[in-house]
Amino acid sequence: MTTTPSGVQAAAARATAAARATDLTKVYGQGETQVVALDGVSVEFQQAEYTAIMGPSGSGKSTLMHCMAGLDTVSGGSARIGDVELTSLKDKKLTQLRRDKIGFIFQAFNLLPTLNALENITLPMDIAGRKADKAWLDQVVQTVGLSDRLKHRPAQLSGGQQQRVAVARALAGKPEIIFADEPTGNLDSRAGAEVLGFLRNSVRELGQTVVMVTHDPVAASYADRVVFLADGRIVDELRDPTAEAVLDRMKRFDAKGRTS
Amino acid sequence: MLRTALRNVLAHKARLMMTVLAVLLGVAFVSGTLVFTDTISSAYQKSSEKGFAGVDVAIKPHKSDDDSGNPGAAPRLNQRLLDQAGQVPGAASATGAVSGYTAVADKQGDLLGNGFANTGGNYYPGTGGKDPRYTLTDGRAPKSAGEVALDSKTADRGHYKVGDAVRLSVDGPVRKEKVVGVFTTDDGNVAAGGSLVLFDTPTAQRLFAKPGEFDEIDLRAAAGTSQATLKSGVDKILPKLAEATTGQQLADDQAAMIKTQMSGMQTGMLVFAGISLFVGVFIIANTFTMLVAQRTRELALMRAVGASRRQVTRSVLIEATAVGAVAAVTGLAAGIGIGAGLRSLLNSTGATVPDGPLVVSPTAIAVSLVVGVVVTVLAAWLPGRRAAKIPPVAAMNSVHAAPTTRGLVVRNTIGAVLAGAGAAGVLAGSGMGSDGKLPMGLGAAVLVIGVFVLTPLLSRPLIAAASPLLRAFGISGKLARQNAVRNPRRTAATASALMVGLTLITGMTVIAGSVQKGIDNLATGALKSDYVVSLGGFDGVRPLSPDVERTLGKLDQVTALSPLRNSASRIDGDTEYLTGVNGKTIQKLVGVDFKEGSFAGLGGDKVVVDHKTADRNGWKRGSAFTVTYEDGRKGRLSVAGVYEGNQMIRGIMLDNSTLTPHMRTVTDMQVMLKTKDGASDATKNAIEKALGDNPAIQVQDKKDISNGIAQFFTLMLNMLYGLLAMAVIVAVLGVINTLAMSVFERSQEIGMLRAIGLDRRGIKRMVRLESLVISLFGGVLGIGLGVFFGWAAGELISSGLPTYELVLPWARMTVFLVLAAFVGILAALWPARRAAKLNMLAAIKAE
Repeated sequence: MTTTPSGVQAAAARATAAARATDLTKVYGQGETQVVALDGVSVEFQQAEYTAIMGPSGSGKSTLMHCMAGLDTVSGGSARIGDVELTSLKDKKLTQLRRDKIGFIFQAFNLLPTLNALENITLPMDIAGRKADKAWLDQVVQTVGLSDRLKHRPAQLSGGQQQRVAVARALAGKPEIIFADEPTGNLDSRAGAEVLGFLRNSVRELGQTVVMVTHDPVAASYADRVVFLADGRIVDELRDPTAEAVLDRMKRFDAKGRTS
Repeated sequence: MLRTALRNVLAHKARLMMTVLAVLLGVAFVSGTLVFTDTISSAYQKSSEKGFAGVDVAIKPHKSDDDSGNPGAAPRLNQRLLDQAGQVPGAASATGAVSGYTAVADKQGDLLGNGFANTGGNYYPGTGGKDPRYTLTDGRAPKSAGEVALDSKTADRGHYKVGDAVRLSVDGPVRKEKVVGVFTTDDGNVAAGGSLVLFDTPTAQRLFAKPGEFDEIDLRAAAGTSQATLKSGVDKILPKLAEATTGQQLADDQAAMIKTQMSGMQTGMLVFAGISLFVGVFIIANTFTMLVAQRTRELALMRAVGASRRQVTRSVLIEATAVGAVAAVTGLAAGIGIGAGLRSLLNSTGATVPDGPLVVSPTAIAVSLVVGVVVTVLAAWLPGRRAAKIPPVAAMNSVHAAPTTRGLVVRNTIGAVLAGAGAAGVLAGSGMGSDGKLPMGLGAAVLVIGVFVLTPLLSRPLIAAASPLLRAFGISGKLARQNAVRNPRRTAATASALMVGLTLITGMTVIAGSVQKGIDNLATGALKSDYVVSLGGFDGVRPLSPDVERTLGKLDQVTALSPLRNSASRIDGDTEYLTGVNGKTIQKLVGVDFKEGSFAGLGGDKVVVDHKTADRNGWKRGSAFTVTYEDGRKGRLSVAGVYEGNQMIRGIMLDNSTLTPHMRTVTDMQVMLKTKDGASDATKNAIEKALGDNPAIQVQDKKDISNGIAQFFTLMLNMLYGLLAMAVIVAVLGVINTLAMSVFERSQEIGMLRAIGLDRRGIKRMVRLESLVISLFGGVLGIGLGVFFGWAAGELISSGLPTYELVLPWARMTVFLVLAAFVGILAALWPARRAAKLNMLAAIKAE
């Protein structure tokens, strides 16, 4: 079932989409071992909006993110970042696109242990050979509260601090869209709340677009909108969610899973 | 435990690949050397046995001729003795042999069989008019002066047929002879690629000995007479100072000599095989360290479920044994192939190795297998112990054991002490002259070990020094530099492997270049003459006929000349060699510094001596002494001057008019001459033309002498480079290994870099630059150490070679550095491709 509530369509008409998937299909394997991870997904992510993608494990939420972020190839349909169609891009262009237009936050932080916090933050710009916008960088560093930790190596930082470095890295290049994959998965609840707060602030105050995959209803409650996936399809969505509402919705998946 | 260990080997096939290759190469080198030398040795022994098949007893002058009466004189064997020997009961035939140097020119005038023995001999028609040593395949035997026979290989090479005229030279002047026969022989020199010319016996005697005299008499026993019986019969008729030897003994002696020569060569090659294996040790140790680090959790789990420390160590060692065994067996097979290949290679270069089966001795097999396994197990010992130290609780930790810098303080201290002590030893040794060999050798070994231990410490500053260069490559360069110093131990072990090879290569180059310069200084420094004329074979200078000097003296161009003659004498019961020169001209030809007197005093019974001989005998200017000449006559000589001698010019120098009457045969070692216009192509052509364009005669000016010396050193260095190349190849495997492991360990990081926008080229460049930095680090260390050792060894050498001059081969050193860089780039090819092809998603998800 692919329901697209009329409210979203209205919103799409008003705001421009930062990223859009149309009939996106992703199939792994062949023949009997074939697994359909995404089954004709169409979804839009609006500019300056914080979207959470939720769903039970195996629902295809990570695959959707990977395809939208140009990390994985698609089997059919279209994936766009702004006006750029990803499915037709070769690896080189795709890499450039990720570098210049997309920010990433991973569950495992994925910082380079040999670089200090500041160097990790400016890494995407260093790769591009660009100078960082000093004022913007200061603002980002200030926002995530790392000013006194810039010379530290990742090993000298706590998990929360490391993820804040990762958030700053994603923000520093002013990407069109940030994809976050379970950003609080490896953090305790306090550090997790901090990171989620930064992400929400970046949307509210800086106009950043964020798409976050999570299975934590509390994390999802920080978003403006939650998209629910099951069996490779979008089954529902919530606007201005609360943790309770998300949890209720997730429970229905469980119940359905048990009864069917 | 055994099963777990073997499963691990199979599971890590790809990762153990480089280790196997490194051991394999070393073992192949060892077994190849053994198989090759055994094969060649056995082939030569078989061929030498064949060569002595026709000799049952040989009569020769006593080798260690007692020269107390007649210094330098050995008895010749005459026709009467030959006839007598033929009459000894049980003797079937007796053959007289004379031989000496004979050069053969091909039709273009170039020397045939250059680089091998060029021999001349006699055809001795015995009973039935045939010489049993030679089988004529075409024409007939030489019967009179002007006729010669050539061995079939030489005839083929020079395109000579029966009836052709051939140009020869025995002692200088060119001889034109007619080829009357072509023969085959079992003679060892001919089998090895040399040339052999046969004259009729009287001519050969005149050329190589004295009319009616022989160098050797060979007897054949009649049927039913043993060699020993015949020998005891011959012993009865032997003159003083001659001895009889059985053919069996001769063959055995030659076999023993071949064996000694071969074992020298074998030892030399095995040293280089050992170096390759030593370099391999670093790679093996590195691989097992990395495998253990990767398996920390697994090993900790084994400990947690009850495996003892010893069991953990043992499991690592069993893995090493399995790896070593596989490598040793394949290495042995490769080595046998190499042995066979080397023989064909040698045959194709012109040296003819006698045919024979490939000899794979049980010793060769056992040594190869044991070496392969033992080296691998020893190298895995430390990683195995480290594995045992993993605490069981590590199984519960979710994070990879991060590479630590713990223990480096202890390591650095030990390294600094060792390096300091080693350097002190080398420096002390360099100041001790010829006694310094031991302290220097020990010091060098300790210093190298010290530097090995210190490499992790040295890696940081040295690699940091490369960072300005790397900055040009942007973020890839920056990441490469940091990755290179990330695990200092691993970087150090990888670079050390390359360091060993480059230290040796650079050291040898510095020493060879400096010694070459030293010898060059020596050879040309004391030379005031424009040309030196000599009769040179590949195995040294040969006596030159005095005719050459007479011919040269007639040339208008020549303004001064002097032959150099050499004759043994006895002074105060010791043998001293007298050098005969032209007393009037020598000061224009030789430049030496006089401590007392000068060349001007030379003449009549007045001689000049070098300072060492003077010191030894307590002579001063004016001292007189009694000399016993070669012919047994006594004379009284007095010292007119004392000069500073060196390796080229030394000893007692006197005028030829005094010396020559006492010489049995008058020959010159060389003729030095000065010309009107100095050395030029025209002058040289004129001299060569006057001597009949003789291929055997060398007319050398200073530049030719320098070139000759340079050629020798180049050849020697190239051989060393070839042998050391193996160590460098093994080092390349080490770099590949380290990079592959690093890429594997950092796959998550690489995935992240790809995700946030580093393209494949950037990833490749990062891996390549890391490889380049590690290789250059090893290269710089190696070249630095090599120069230091070269300098230190030079200090030792210079005590024996005063003209020694340290020459730093900058061009070569640059080439070596470029080679190290090339090694780095080459080694990174595959790991870089692998890194660029990593599946990004799998890499990010991997935890």
